[in-house]
Amino acid sequence: MEYVIEMLNIRKEFPGIVANDNVTLQVKKGEIHALLGENGAGKTTLMNVLFGLYQPEKGEIRVNGKPVKITNPNIANELGIGMVHQHFMLVDPFTVTENIILGKEPSKAGKINIKDASKKVRELSEKYQLSVDPDAKIKDISVGMQQRVEILKTLYRGAEILIFDEPTAVLTPQEIKELMLIMKSLVNEGKSIILITHKLKEIMEVCDRVTVMRKGVGIGTVNVSESDPNSLASLMVGRDVVFKTEKKESVPTDVVLDIDGISVKDARGIQVVNQLNLAVRAGEIVGIAGIDGNGQTELIEAITGLKKTINGSIKINGKNIQNLKPRKISESGVGHIPEDRHKHGLVLDYSIGENIVLQTYYQKPFSKTGVLNYSKIYDQARNIIAEYDVRTPSEYTPARALSGGNQQKAIIGREVDRNPDLLIAAQPTRGLDVGAIEFIHKRLIEQRDNGKAVLLISFELDEILNVSDRVAVIYEGEIVAIVNPRETTEQELGLMMAGSKRMEAGDKSRG
Amino acid sequence: MVKKMFGLLIPVLSVVLGLLAGAIIMLVSGYNPVDAYMALFFGIFGDSYFLGEAIRTVTPYILAGLAVAFAFRTGLFNIGVEGQLIVGWLAAVWVGITFELPMLIHLPLAILAGGLAGAVWAFIPGLLKAKFRVHEVIVSIMLNYTALHVTNYIISYVLTDKLDKTNNIFETATLRSPLLSGLTDGSRLHWGIIVAIICAIIMWFILEKTTTGFELKAVGFNQHASEYAGMNVNRNIMMSMVISGVFAGFAGAMEGLGTFGYASIKSGFTGIGFDGIAVALLGANTAIGVVLAAFLFGGLKAGALNIPVETPIPNEIVDIVIALIVFFVASSYFIRWILNRINKKGVK
Ligand SMILES: Nc1ncnc2c1ncn2[C@@H]1O[C@H](COP(=O)(O)OP(=O)(O)O)[C@@H](O)[C@H]1O
Ligand SMILES: [Mg+2]
Repeated sequence: MEYVIEMLNIRKEFPGIVANDNVTLQVKKGEIHALLGENGAGKTTLMNVLFGLYQPEKGEIRVNGKPVKITNPNIANELGIGMVHQHFMLVDPFTVTENIILGKEPSKAGKINIKDASKKVRELSEKYQLSVDPDAKIKDISVGMQQRVEILKTLYRGAEILIFDEPTAVLTPQEIKELMLIMKSLVNEGKSIILITHKLKEIMEVCDRVTVMRKGVGIGTVNVSESDPNSLASLMVGRDVVFKTEKKESVPTDVVLDIDGISVKDARGIQVVNQLNLAVRAGEIVGIAGIDGNGQTELIEAITGLKKTINGSIKINGKNIQNLKPRKISESGVGHIPEDRHKHGLVLDYSIGENIVLQTYYQKPFSKTGVLNYSKIYDQARNIIAEYDVRTPSEYTPARALSGGNQQKAIIGREVDRNPDLLIAAQPTRGLDVGAIEFIHKRLIEQRDNGKAVLLISFELDEILNVSDRVAVIYEGEIVAIVNPRETTEQELGLMMAGSKRMEAGDKSRG
Repeated sequence: MVKKMFGLLIPVLSVVLGLLAGAIIMLVSGYNPVDAYMALFFGIFGDSYFLGEAIRTVTPYILAGLAVAFAFRTGLFNIGVEGQLIVGWLAAVWVGITFELPMLIHLPLAILAGGLAGAVWAFIPGLLKAKFRVHEVIVSIMLNYTALHVTNYIISYVLTDKLDKTNNIFETATLRSPLLSGLTDGSRLHWGIIVAIICAIIMWFILEKTTTGFELKAVGFNQHASEYAGMNVNRNIMMSMVISGVFAGFAGAMEGLGTFGYASIKSGFTGIGFDGIAVALLGANTAIGVVLAAFLFGGLKAGALNIPVETPIPNEIVDIVIALIVFFVASSYFIRWILNRINKKGVK
């Protein structure tokens, strides 16, 4: 058997934790090999070992059958290993070409030869159908394009083995499709790929074999063709996982959120929500499906009071809340799980306890006449931590120290515990593993069953179809269709999201 | 516990390194560092007069340090403490020379006037930052100069007829105390140290115990999340600057009502406002840390005055030694890094 990469019985420890425990990964030439595991399973660590960023305590690495010591990333580069990091490492004001040659500038008599480099980048881009403009500035191109620049960077340095660390977490569904094609064209040219992910769909779609990790331990390697999402999920989580979240028929009652003809401008002053109508009733989950940038963010900001609307009205339980201050709206019974949990959901330097009372610190019993009652605050934190299974060393731990899934559970606990009449959940499961996703979906449905209204915004069609009772399709700032998730398909939704299919939505959107 | 020790270790190490570097400078220049440090020590603890003067020096350092630290903790860099201190000084003296009131009213009124003036001076950068996102550093640096020249003008053209200092404040507005002075062999020690300590307790209380402090710190850490959580970001930015300015104004009031008893034309800055930055850094921006750091800093400054008196070492070298200590304190990041390295090795 011919392996390009062999990592044998790797062990890597961090103070107090074994991140990799006896993990073996063998990658064949020309295959796409998935590395699957929950958040914190140790995937990134294992790849950092391969890339020379960490030294393993035990184990052996072989490249093309030869044992090697990879003590720094330069050696990895020389061995033909390239890594597309989870967080891009690009210099914003520089052009694509400048970024690619950074650290390996081709020079003639001490002068950097940008023209040749740019030409070479263009050739590479064409060869793998990346359609990257070598002269564009990084700050002007989309996240998806930036990722391709990272790919080009590794190719330019002669990588034969490419490591992708959760590349799809930051991409839109369309960009994900394109990335899959790019990966296929890379292996067709003889490259080998290690793809880190916890999305089973992606593995089924492009990968040849998959190695599963759980809590630092290598569980084993299986052929994708002989496997299915269910068995992979239970390998990864260590128990059976339900994909189709069980739920009863919804029993919608009174209208809780009533949006009538609002328009919103974005930061550049362009109107991105246009005369939008939408109603959400108590006891139902309405999912908003749409491609990123069709006014979803601004719609949420309008409801929660972070952005001014120009006309129409927004009512909660019949009371107009349009253009009120965020605090007033929150007090009117609106809870909000924000899209960007680091930017908007948490004060990362505050403890988990302090974050739990981020909106309610000024109310009793958390404070009285302006003085905080920390023992009550941390009591509440302990309740939420227990009830929402937030894995944290303690309630005093800074939010920054928690994994993404646990941060999200804390936010969800905070919002759901306030028992809002309307819960807005924006991308609530982005970047989370199946275990956490399952948990969060259950909580949303529970809210609905308790007679609350839930508005779910997601780019994941699976999630929209799985969780919602009604699906509203947003396109260019309007709700262009309202459909029953059981009577539609991803294909149909996709067409509507792209604006090519429009249904008379005016009245129907009011439920 | 280990962390706390670590936190204490860094400033102590900084000072030790500073003293060592200072010793090298003195050796190279042909002076005896042992003599110098003996004189320094004596200049602080040698007799009760020196001790009184040292504590007096510490007073405005505590308040200036609190001003800087408070702004830092809430995400702002108030480099305008110097200007706020100068206007606070003048405002306090102004009340002190203008009104005739019983002490119970006059003295608090004069102190509050100083705090209010500092608050107004700090409110300007706060407002500009909140409304127009103008960086507070730029505005408050410029306001330092404005404060210097405006107060000079007021002293010579409004409060006096082209004199270079105001009248002395009335006895009812003074912080001076024959008792404290007597205890310390006639030093200028005054009640200001009590005011400073009370302010440190107030700062700790606001930041750690109140909803106001909770909001201020949250906005300082993450404006976006604070806005999402329903806090008024702009109001908090202004509030933070105003509170910081009150501390700075009090620092000036202590000088005006305690140390000097008048306000005089200044050819340049007092430097206390800028030293406040070093004090805040050294004190890790906590109330108790600032008090300790101010004692160290003020002690060194006061004690250093004794070095040229008892040794042949010139003033300039003394300034260099003090500056080196500040340098090492300011580069405590570097020291933290080294300690971390050593610690890691220890774990392995
Ligand atoms: N530099 C580090 N220092 C200490 N612990 C780390 C470090 N990097 C990762 N870990 C820990 O190792 C474990 C595995 O992390 P990681 O490899 O990032 O997981 P994954 O990529 O599978 O989500 C986690 O518990 C994480 O907290
Ligand atoms: Mg990872």
